[in-house]
Amino acid sequence: MDDTTRTTNGTDRRGLLTCMLWAGTGVIWTVAGGIPRSGLLGSAQAATPSGGFSFAQISDSHIGFARDPNTDTPATLAAAVAQVKAMAPALILHTGDVSHLSRPAEFDTAEKILGASGIETHYVPGEHDMLEDGGTPFIERFQKRHTPGQPGGAFYSFDQQGIHFVGLNNVTDLKAGGLGNLGEAQLAWLERDLKQRSDSTPIVVFAHIPLWTVYADWGWGTDDGARALALLKRFGSVTVLNGHIHQVMQKVEGNVAFHTARSTAFPQPAPGTAPGPGPMKVEAGRLRSVLGVASIAYVPGRSDLAIVDSPLGA
Amino acid sequence: MQRRALLLSALVPVAALSLPRAARAADTEVTIDNFTFSPALVTVSAGTRLIWTNRDDIPHMVVSALRPPAFKSKVLDTDDAFAMVFDTPGTYSYFCGLHPHMQGMVVVT
Repeated sequence: MDDTTRTTNGTDRRGLLTCMLWAGTGVIWTVAGGIPRSGLLGSAQAATPSGGFSFAQISDSHIGFARDPNTDTPATLAAAVAQVKAMAPALILHTGDVSHLSRPAEFDTAEKILGASGIETHYVPGEHDMLEDGGTPFIERFQKRHTPGQPGGAFYSFDQQGIHFVGLNNVTDLKAGGLGNLGEAQLAWLERDLKQRSDSTPIVVFAHIPLWTVYADWGWGTDDGARALALLKRFGSVTVLNGHIHQVMQKVEGNVAFHTARSTAFPQPAPGTAPGPGPMKVEAGRLRSVLGVASIAYVPGRSDLAIVDSPLGA
Repeated sequence: MQRRALLLSALVPVAALSLPRAARAADTEVTIDNFTFSPALVTVSAGTRLIWTNRDDIPHMVVSALRPPAFKSKVLDTDDAFAMVFDTPGTYSYFCGLHPHMQGMVVVT
């Protein structure tokens, strides 16, 4: 498949700086010995490796958006969920903008469609999810049950199959002229949270806005993202999964693999290729080829995770 | 959170009171298009009502750059508008609460 992407592993990745761009639907991730690899959903490569486990990333559902190029965002989210379900991942990560305007009816619809997967799903908020009451409705509905014993708010961590997953919130308390924001309290929590993990623990960080600067002119980055990355530097395998920019981008820097997922609602233009980052208009027949999900597979003993990005349709 | 809610409710009467004023001072319009406030800088005389209208197909907000913000709109979906009267001379910087790289300024003389 043309738009299947693979990270290289081991020493080949070290010092390598790549930035690649696709358009798509969702990503399934396979984790092999620590480094996730992504691939487009529907790809044979997204199959769970023996001895490992896989999880999926869904992003930017924007339930409530009903304009050109997608007047039926529930339908494309449902298609993404069906695609993910067919791959039977151990869990799903939703990297935010579940809704378009934080309205209860939008959350209802999203919760119903995502819940139909029957797969454990972990969420972080996008800026579109935190528009009401400081984000409380989103946190209460989508995060509270996952965060027993955690500090509250929209960030938390959990462990599964030897991987330490960290969900961050970089969409609140934004400052004029700034980018995404983690803030002092969250960074202090992250430092404490990571302190308890050994260097060899595979880490998967997921947050809405890219933690690395993709394109500052459009706000595609996080002001204090570098401080979070500095805390992650000592780990042998770090995978950073983001959404927000509605297209696949990937970069590898040292032991850190960065990846952004497609939206399930509408594509956005590549950085600087349009006057603004608004929804990209595509013909109805082509829409699903630029939406997608991602799958990630983990194989113990391997140092990278396999990430496969899959479009929702041809 | 609560402070924001208070600010919002405080703005409602301002907007309502501004309606009779509109007859006296001409309104000034700011359009939001392509993730840009246009014009990004407006200079108006005290008592002018400013109206921001979102022409993008993505929601935006108008939020004072002061911390805590001196004013804040609700989220503006496509074609929604936010109006506010500026009675006191000064310089008012603002940004979009959703896309903080979008910035504008109102100078009241």
